[in-house]
Amino acid sequence: MIRIANGQGFWGDSLEAPLEQIRRGPIDYLTLDYLAEITMSILQKQFSRDPRTGYARDFVEMIQRGARDIIDRRIRVVANAGGVNPQACASAVLKAGLSVATVSGDNILDRLDDLIAQGVELKNLDTGAALESVRPRVQSANVYFGGAAIAEALATGAQVVVTGRTTDTGLVLGPLMHEFHWQPGEWHKLAAGTIAGHTVECGAQCTGGNCQVDWQTIPNFADIGYPIVEAEPDGTFVITKHAGTGGRITVASIKEQLLYEMGDPHEYITPDCVADFTSIQLKQDGDNRVRFTGIRGRPATEMYKVSISYSAGFKAVGALIYSWPDAYAKAQASDRILRERLDRLGLRFDSIRTEFGGVNACHGPLAGEPAPDIAEVIMRVGVRSEDRSVVERFTKEIAPLALNGPPTVTGFGAGRPKVEEIVAYWPALLPKTEAAPVIAVQEA
Amino acid sequence: MARVKLVRIAHARSGDKGDTTNVGLIALQPEFYPVLAEQVTAERVKKHFEGICLGAVERFELPNLGALNFLLHESLDGGGTLSLKTDAQGKTYSAALLRMEIDVPDALLSENPVSS
Repeated sequence: MIRIANGQGFWGDSLEAPLEQIRRGPIDYLTLDYLAEITMSILQKQFSRDPRTGYARDFVEMIQRGARDIIDRRIRVVANAGGVNPQACASAVLKAGLSVATVSGDNILDRLDDLIAQGVELKNLDTGAALESVRPRVQSANVYFGGAAIAEALATGAQVVVTGRTTDTGLVLGPLMHEFHWQPGEWHKLAAGTIAGHTVECGAQCTGGNCQVDWQTIPNFADIGYPIVEAEPDGTFVITKHAGTGGRITVASIKEQLLYEMGDPHEYITPDCVADFTSIQLKQDGDNRVRFTGIRGRPATEMYKVSISYSAGFKAVGALIYSWPDAYAKAQASDRILRERLDRLGLRFDSIRTEFGGVNACHGPLAGEPAPDIAEVIMRVGVRSEDRSVVERFTKEIAPLALNGPPTVTGFGAGRPKVEEIVAYWPALLPKTEAAPVIAVQEA
Repeated sequence: MARVKLVRIAHARSGDKGDTTNVGLIALQPEFYPVLAEQVTAERVKKHFEGICLGAVERFELPNLGALNFLLHESLDGGGTLSLKTDAQGKTYSAALLRMEIDVPDALLSENPVSS
């Protein structure tokens, strides 16, 4: 049996959780996901300014803090912390005293024009548009490699594996393929490893975090345990957490996470296999333990998914808060006044949106009318445009409402809203023959 | 027959893929699943999210989990970083679906008390 721990659900998650996973009980592997869909564009920008950067520095700090325990306990670590510069990340890990291998070859930014010239259109999976329409504005382009590439890196014997863009599920499947010698063709086992990866990829979101069932009685959120996969060579596994930690693992908490970000449950497509979520059988197997059996999979497709990011204009969001009495009426009046002023200035936006926090920001029209004596309401207005200057001008029209609009208003302490560049996500497919993972052991 | 909100017999979780929200709806007891499967149709969900979901609604069945998965297309103001919504990832749409009311046989409710 192999224990694979997830130490964080996204870049920005608890800095302590990975160390707790290392120290509070037995694990064989620690996996960490750093790369959200747009993270690559941020790292690509950093890299273009300074070629020593472009990876997740938080990961190196975690390794430095945990190095002694990772070495003593012989824990292997797999993280997609390499961003657009896995070698620099690996070099930093090596300095902390750990052997490290990298998975790269995912970055196809420099090859985009060649690929388009060859007739690979990299059409947007959602809209069908050809990449050419946004080509000059592309900031990053990375292939998602899967568990097979990570297994190959683990086979080098390096204690730590740092990758560029890989699937979140591959971080768990890779160690399983390595340990149990699962090969392409063993689709049910590969699907089981993929589903294990999906279950733990969002960290504590399967151990009681965000769970709607009896949430008030979930013990000790402050010390919530992160998930651990206890996997068997036959493809069955248990999801659990370290003894003594908070949270709660039940069939209900697991089902919620299984359905998170789910498309067609019959075909969950990864580079390694196609997993069928309608085959999963769950069973409570003691306190804070849920057993998975029966998982079925099908052959992988001929394509890699590609994550491309491109600059898509600018946006800004401003907010003010209005107090009782007439809080909602005041906030609505303020929105009307603001829009009239924006009109008078002749500002045109691609989109303008108002939400009233405390009333309808989450559930829109489903929320119904607020109580007439509602204590306070947030007016939140956002705008979007390809033209930075109109967004900039908008940001200067929020603060004046503190003095020249409806009464009992506050919340402008942070000053003018910031203009943000929008980096949008362009999902596409690439034939597998056009990219291959590159595995290397980092040398001092 | 009792008219109850889905929150009485189901729980849910939602997430995003671009401008599409997925809402997984899960029966609190296995006995409630057939009622969900029968009444919570794609058409009803589309109508429930009127003004929020501008595109089509797709439904998938997971009887093994006592669950349905809905895809609400064009429901996130462009989605991801383009969206101007507070909830640009549709995280609270799970609860929004649980506001829906359906008819449940009285016996089914009395025989299957739920803890919350």
